[in-house]
Amino acid sequence: MAFVLIGLVAGFFSALFGVGGGVVIVPLLLLVAKWDLRNATATSLAAIGLTATAGVITYVIHGEVEPLYAMLLGVPAAAGSFGGSTLQQRLPVRTLSFLFAALLVVIAIRMLIQ
Amino acid sequence: MTYLLAVVLGVVAGVLAGLFGVGGGILFVPTLTWLGLTQLHAEATSLLAIIPTVLVGVWRHHEYGNVRWRPALIIGLSSVGATVGGAQLAESLPESTLRKLFAVLLIVTAAQIAWRAHRRRA
Repeated sequence: MAFVLIGLVAGFFSALFGVGGGVVIVPLLLLVAKWDLRNATATSLAAIGLTATAGVITYVIHGEVEPLYAMLLGVPAAAGSFGGSTLQQRLPVRTLSFLFAALLVVIAIRMLIQ
Repeated sequence: MTYLLAVVLGVVAGVLAGLFGVGGGILFVPTLTWLGLTQLHAEATSLLAIIPTVLVGVWRHHEYGNVRWRPALIIGLSSVGATVGGAQLAESLPESTLRKLFAVLLIVTAAQIAWRAHRRRA
């Protein structure tokens, strides 16, 4: 039942913001279901595959998807994802986490002042 | 040059996805708007770019035995209906509002990643 609620919230967020929904799924699995981080991230990715597919179909109907741009980012990202999931298995990712967090804040500030 | 940087950002987004269990959209959307797409087109396109990213991530994590398939299916399938509502809201909001909301989402995500890293040491 909790998983259904997580899915509903994630689906709404995903389509609203064009993200996978992991930003909702991972913390809920950690906090509500008390999972550990590796299981939460891995399961989140699997769920996102379905969520993103549903979102794409909705947006394709509206005519707003640009497939060439999607490939420009999606193909290199697939390679990065291979690296990232392997690294997570082997490395303490603490420093990297703080760097990514800082990067996201910089982008957010740029978007807000634009 | 612009496209080369886009490819680099794509790789970074993928690493982020594999490491933190997000789809990479959090970086795809700003990159796409920077390439000239509107916020709405960037969001729609980001969802498509997410698919190859998560396929590879899931395959790796599955090999490591990290994926719990039943909950993943339940979460994924129940999200399907809700995506229609999310997309409808995105379509109806003005471009600048959508962009500001996205910036807030970025800050929340950043806080969350930092918090997880902090908690992991404790």
